[in-house]
Amino acid sequence: MSLRSPMGRVLGLGSAKEGTAHWWGQRVSAVALIPLTLWFAISLFMLPALDYGTVRAWLSVPLSSLFAVLLVAVLTYHSYLGTTVVIEDYVHSAGSKLLSLMLLRFLYVVVAGAGILAILRVAFGS
Amino acid sequence: MPARDRPTSPHLQIYRWQIGNSLSILHRLTGIALAFGLLALCFWLMALAGGEGPYALVARAFASPLGRIGLSGWTFAFLFHLLNGVRHLFWDAGMGFERTQRHTSGWFAALGALGLTLCIWVFIWRSGS
Repeated sequence: MSLRSPMGRVLGLGSAKEGTAHWWGQRVSAVALIPLTLWFAISLFMLPALDYGTVRAWLSVPLSSLFAVLLVAVLTYHSYLGTTVVIEDYVHSAGSKLLSLMLLRFLYVVVAGAGILAILRVAFGS
Repeated sequence: MPARDRPTSPHLQIYRWQIGNSLSILHRLTGIALAFGLLALCFWLMALAGGEGPYALVARAFASPLGRIGLSGWTFAFLFHLLNGVRHLFWDAGMGFERTQRHTSGWFAALGALGLTLCIWVFIWRSGS
């Protein structure tokens, strides 16, 4: 007789190998991105010019830096979830699927890291 | 577990081309385009942190004809993904499934995104920047 619970035995089975976490994460980040992306687009649109001095002055205001960091972070998360599904759908062999999913994850971490570091550099004036 | 030929869902060529599947495909395509947009956004932020020289270089690239095509493409991709995404969120909440509602909201998302993109870029073009 197995000591594992019926729930423990079925978790991770099925073709998706996971529960609704991916789906739910995509929805939550989608909702968060509505105000964040609109804030970003409208803020840039309202600036008198998009030259270096104006944009830097705008982004170094603490509230702008905060929202920009959140934007890059949530955008990265949402985009990562989405493109992961695209790869899962179209890359069929197990090996190249594993490899491309890993590369994708690395790429997103690098891009988000670089973007957030850039915002912080502007915020702290270095 | 033995490998078995399990029933698969009907593939793309089975479906008649209509607004539902077109917008679904467009949602994915615009999502992929926006992933590259995220790349461009981070590149732009890095240039901004890098100083006046790098920023001018990237700003010039975005202002070039190719850059403008990219930016207007991303404008449409963003607006459509946003509007159609809200449409999806309503579906997730169990609303808007009726045939006429689906069609109306679909056309609203597609034409709304197209119209807004045109408005924004005509405005930018007229303000001469």
